[in-house]
Amino acid sequence: MTVRRLAEEQPASFAFTPENEARCAKEIAKYPQGREASAVLALLWLAQRQNGRWLPKPAIEKVAAMLGMPPIRALEIATFYSMFNLAPVGKYFIQFCGTTPCVLAGADAIKAVLARRVGPPGQVTADGLFSWAEVECLGACCNAPMVQINDDYYEDLTPENFEVLLDRLAAGKPVKPGSQIGRRTSEPIGGLTSLTSLYGVDGRSGPQTYRGAPGGETVSDKD
Amino acid sequence: MLEDKDRIFLNLYGFGDRSLKGARARGAWDNTKALLDKGKDWIINEMKASGLRGRGGAGFPTGLKWSFMPKLDPARPHYLVVNADESEPGTCKDREIMRNDPHLLVEGCLIASFAMQAHACYIYIRGEYVLEYERLQAAIDEAYDANLIGQDNIHGWPFHVHVHRGAGAYICGEETALLESLEGKKGMPRLKPPFPANMGLYGSPTTVNNVESIAVAPTILRRGAAWFASFGAQNNSGTKLFCISGHVEKPCNVEEAMSIPFRELIETHCGGIRGGFDNLLAVIPGGSSVPLVPAHEIIDAALDFDTLRNLKSGLGTAAVIVMDKSTDIVRAITRISYFYKHESCGQCTPCREGTGWMWRVLTRMAEGRAQKREIDMLLEVTTEIEGHTICALGDAAAWPVQGLIRHFRHEIEKRIDQYTANPHSEPAEGFGIAAE
Repeated sequence: MTVRRLAEEQPASFAFTPENEARCAKEIAKYPQGREASAVLALLWLAQRQNGRWLPKPAIEKVAAMLGMPPIRALEIATFYSMFNLAPVGKYFIQFCGTTPCVLAGADAIKAVLARRVGPPGQVTADGLFSWAEVECLGACCNAPMVQINDDYYEDLTPENFEVLLDRLAAGKPVKPGSQIGRRTSEPIGGLTSLTSLYGVDGRSGPQTYRGAPGGETVSDKD
Repeated sequence: MLEDKDRIFLNLYGFGDRSLKGARARGAWDNTKALLDKGKDWIINEMKASGLRGRGGAGFPTGLKWSFMPKLDPARPHYLVVNADESEPGTCKDREIMRNDPHLLVEGCLIASFAMQAHACYIYIRGEYVLEYERLQAAIDEAYDANLIGQDNIHGWPFHVHVHRGAGAYICGEETALLESLEGKKGMPRLKPPFPANMGLYGSPTTVNNVESIAVAPTILRRGAAWFASFGAQNNSGTKLFCISGHVEKPCNVEEAMSIPFRELIETHCGGIRGGFDNLLAVIPGGSSVPLVPAHEIIDAALDFDTLRNLKSGLGTAAVIVMDKSTDIVRAITRISYFYKHESCGQCTPCREGTGWMWRVLTRMAEGRAQKREIDMLLEVTTEIEGHTICALGDAAAWPVQGLIRHFRHEIEKRIDQYTANPHSEPAEGFGIAAE
């Protein structure tokens, strides 16, 4: 368990944008009538996204009202689930995975880079660009060490390529999510050991290798 | 080594086309109606005969679980809930299914729901998996557009599937906590019984299955239970996704036959241990919840449920975390202890208080600032947590510590001796985990 409290300074009010109102309605429609409370995570998430990736108290109360829940029920959800940021975060919010598989692969060095460049966890840099938190296993252990920056995973980090990544973000240059050393996903480095009859050893020369129009492609080709 | 023709996850790494067209070319959605036409009893019996054991960690036979669903009562609709809250440290297999081959899962959901007479399925995906959520939702949209699922679909079984996103809580991987979370509450596990098959989501009969268990079902039914059962040792049949992380040359996910020896798995797919097999210290073979196994015991062991249970560990999710001799083993387990402290939901006292207590004692032990009698005290506390909580998180927190003491007590004692010989008054290190 961790102690999680709401931020001291809170905005006076919160209202969903019309687009997000529509999204909220779509989320609520996923659940049977009378079970609207099921949508609470989705609505809090939308509120957090709209509010610069942190969740103010008026938004929690607004969501509770929309779902017919007592405000305390929504509040206890917001404080229970660790993905809800209860205080402002940087434009690039870095979730650093510090669990054992990442540590074995060298996450301590990544943490040192964060401590040096961004500062103590939870603190937003003066330019408002970065803040970071240590989180528990993000489920990309074959590509450790890794961080999640906003929505995207950045994997196979080294202190060097992580510095470059931060430099590019700070300069507003495009960055490439996924593996930072050129892996497609979680295949063995340097050649496939399975599925070679479909994709070849390099993954790019087999009969089943996808060569179609973009859209069917993976995120690493999105840049 | 498993041949490509016997693999189920043919686009595991995303080199192929993940769209409906590509999935069809790999055999998914191929005359699914014929499978459904054979009836729910046939499906459940095939699943039982295949020997598939749940891929989420506990290894409960999937076909048997499906057969627990009661007779249909119109007032209480059945639900299938898919557990995609993959957050066991070391595990990253469901992610590859959802982002690279999502149609396997969607088709599996239809078949499993039909077998359990459910018209609605919820897939609970962990909140951090944003890309995976988008990919999965895109596949579901494709399936709706092609009328493979939906109210009046070509399979004649009205069926809807919804993706529900979590928000960062490991405990929601526990099936009843997941149901609580799905109902819009804090993810706090429920007392069992009643089991979800009788009182699950919204009080209705519900089955909760792991992504991999559901995604393999269509292929098992197409190729036959005997085919699936032909892999692996008895009672441990099938193919399995292994996630190998840590100190191997090439960490990767790979689908292999169950009961593959550890050495063969590492040599074939991971380029060996960093520094050679002599440099191996210990392995956590099934995600952080299972006790570690020292090198000499694991190196020629078959990786399956029964063999690893006999080694006082477990296959869990088949997340193989490899540690070589450079590893500070006490610190590695201390970090796992911190994980459980952080993820305890706080409902049961032994777990809420015990996880933090174990972490603090281990942090001191990692530096040697402890008494040797405290090792036995720590062991005693783990047994007070184990089995005294509503869900298995208490057990999962206790087992790694027990494994450490069982196999590396000498390492802890060595550090205590070193510190006693040269004590200092600087504050203890290691409490500074950035999340605190």
